[in-house]
Amino acid sequence: MASRKQHRYALLTSATFIIFLIVWQIAGSLGLLGNYTPTPYEVLQAFFFKLDNIGPDGSLLITNILSSLYTSFVGFVIAVVVGIPLGLLMGWYKLFSRFINPIFEIIRPIPAVAWIPLMIVWVGVGITAKALIIFFAAFVSCVINAYTGIRQTNPALINVAKTYGASNFYTFIHVGIPSAVPMIFAGLKIALSTSWGTLVAAEMLAASSGLGYMISMARQFGRADIVVLGMVVIGLLGFLFNFIFNIIEAFVNKGGSV
Amino acid sequence: MENESKIRVDHLTKKFGDLLVLDDISFEVKQGEFVCVVGPTGCGKTTFLNLLTRIYQPSSGELYIDGIPADPKKHNISFAFQEPSAMPWLTVSQNLEFGMKIKKIPPEERAKRIDRLLKLLGMEDVRDAYPRQLSVSAEQRVIIGRAFSTYPDLLLMDEPYGQMDVKMRFYLEDEVLKLWKEFNSTVIFITHNIEEAVYLAERVLVLSNKPAKIKENIKIDLPRPRDISSEQFIALRRHITDSIKWW
Repeated sequence: MASRKQHRYALLTSATFIIFLIVWQIAGSLGLLGNYTPTPYEVLQAFFFKLDNIGPDGSLLITNILSSLYTSFVGFVIAVVVGIPLGLLMGWYKLFSRFINPIFEIIRPIPAVAWIPLMIVWVGVGITAKALIIFFAAFVSCVINAYTGIRQTNPALINVAKTYGASNFYTFIHVGIPSAVPMIFAGLKIALSTSWGTLVAAEMLAASSGLGYMISMARQFGRADIVVLGMVVIGLLGFLFNFIFNIIEAFVNKGGSV
Repeated sequence: MENESKIRVDHLTKKFGDLLVLDDISFEVKQGEFVCVVGPTGCGKTTFLNLLTRIYQPSSGELYIDGIPADPKKHNISFAFQEPSAMPWLTVSQNLEFGMKIKKIPPEERAKRIDRLLKLLGMEDVRDAYPRQLSVSAEQRVIIGRAFSTYPDLLLMDEPYGQMDVKMRFYLEDEVLKLWKEFNSTVIFITHNIEEAVYLAERVLVLSNKPAKIKENIKIDLPRPRDISSEQFIALRRHITDSIKWW
């Protein structure tokens, strides 16, 4: 029963997608979208074109994808490795929070792209600069979600550990951090989408490859089909990452949300 | 072992600012005794418990276990809370293990006790389930089991059955008595349900309205299993009810 129902939902979901593509294709063929908007078919052609042609941006599609993945992966991983422990410590140890919070609260509202000029001065225009921009984009939601997650630890659970005589650090590791896991995962998903979102901006830093770079070059050459291709690829990769994350989350967060 | 007393509460007083919540409470509990504390709602029962577990520090007075001031790091204290307090990210058997891990009980011994508790609770078939997959009453039983798992010197229970329906209550009360006898623990059980107190306790301490004092210390000398409709039972229940009324 359940599987049949799921089957029907899967049909419904793919129907939305197919209808969207058909409407887009028809509207494009009838000229309703103007001269510069490509149809799905043209985007598909652009996809096959970019598989073995380096024009107009100078790299194959796969090179651009790998370059973008590498940049955002480095930035994202650093943000996670630095941001989550920082948020957890700030949430658990009041003194630490007092110490860090003033700086964090000022850095927090600054958009990641505003760091671009300073980054160029500090580290040039290579991978380091781009990864750092993505780091700033992903960092904030890592910190805030880890912080909020651990602050929401049920006091009764903390008291359980304390009445057994657990140290504050033991309680932090065995009660605080597990309590924060669902919120951390929500933060990671936000961080993932903001880091993809910032990618295009980061790759405007005189990059020589990458999906964002491909889009901005295609724009200069008036290749709308490749612009849309870049958008579609970014969208699909983001979807794929979210999917992978959900699998990891189901594995790690077996107890369900608190 | 002076006078065989396991727990000695000595002139315990707690003030929050100017508000006197507990006023000079003294009593003793023997090894293996089951004591219920009853009192009107809001009389400071929970404050009283939080003092015993050292979540709060007393304003004056002291709690001694075996003649030494109580300290969760030195003594083996267990606490079953009113609200659901199983760790949602741990399975039933991991939850039972939680306290024993903190007490650094060796793994083989932990496994042995987990099996014993699961058997006593009749929860062997849900040992790998997570709390969200259990009913509230089943989760509460895991908490009771966890409280007994460390073979505590002192087991404190704060209205653990407050949320249960009558049928479940009787069932769990019998279960707690079973565990208490099996493990020979010393229990202080806080409740506002007088019937429950008379059913469970060997001795009932009646607290007065705020600031809480010990108003009466009643020995319950009824045979077990107790008959809640027997004359003596009803007489004791009426007596305690009258004692609690402050109007």
